Amino acid sequence: MKILLVDDSKTMRNIQRKVLESLGQVEFSEAGDGLEALALLTDTASFDLMLIDWNMPNMDGITLVRKIRETDKRTPMIMVTTEAEKQRIIDAIKSGVNNYVIKPFTPESLQEKVHQTLAKARAA
Amino acid sequence: MQALDVECSQTRQQPAVEVMLIIPFINSVRTVFNAMVELYTSINRLQLKSESTPAAYEISSIVGFNWDVIRNVISSFELRAPPKLSSAFADRDIDSSPPDCVDAVGELANMIAGGAKKNLGAAASITVPSVVIGKGRHIARHNELPGSVIPCHTPVGNFAVEANIKTIVSPQQRVEDYR
Repeated sequence: MKILLVDDSKTMRNIQRKVLESLGQVEFSEAGDGLEALALLTDTASFDLMLIDWNMPNMDGITLVRKIRETDKRTPMIMVTTEAEKQRIIDAIKSGVNNYVIKPFTPESLQEKVHQTLAKARAA
Repeated sequence: MQALDVECSQTRQQPAVEVMLIIPFINSVRTVFNAMVELYTSINRLQLKSESTPAAYEISSIVGFNWDVIRNVISSFELRAPPKLSSAFADRDIDSSPPDCVDAVGELANMIAGGAKKNLGAAASITVPSVVIGKGRHIARHNELPGSVIPCHTPVGNFAVEANIKTIVSPQQRVEDYR
């Protein structure tokens, strides 16, 4: 499985990587902002899952999600962010994310959201 | 609205901070440290700063709020704390020098500010954290909003969360002013 982690904090990407290693054979790619992520999406074929932060420099997560969804309607995306207001969650879902995780999270809660998201994507 | 008891050494007035604006920060600190650092954090008596004074500790992360009630949140860490906090946070050894330590401190501050924003129900946006390092720094802030400082203690070092929050004048002060 190929997972793209997009977060401006390397520490947060390391935490996510550690939590998601439990999924088994996972190949991780990382980006520090939306622009870096778009560059990776141009250069590589595809990912099975993307975890995307909202507040990042250069290009934020919600803009990245909208850009990706212009051409890719299928790849599951999870927004992982401190943004927790209802309206923000609605905006993210409308923009095309499949699930939403609020920081801080426990390893169990992140794993559960990832499992839910992948199961729904496979069923679709 | 209920007001918190505070230490106030910088002003002759005794302004009070609304509980509803401070509790969300305290709860956010506890949630972040319980969920992601797994360290017990004790919260000491709230302090109020009406003038610019040096940051409480050597490493500070600043998160701006786009909201007239709160303008920014500064999380300052004692020098010895971040490497241990960050290692616990990231679940691996973290170098005490930049950039790893700075990154971890920034993310902790981001989660504290974000959690408080959520608890406050504020429809405000927050900035990406900026981290500054150095002893005795003054961090400029909006003069109209005094700094409410929440001193925190963990087994691996102290830190403080300072938020520029609107204050109210305490009922006692209103009576004294009237006299």
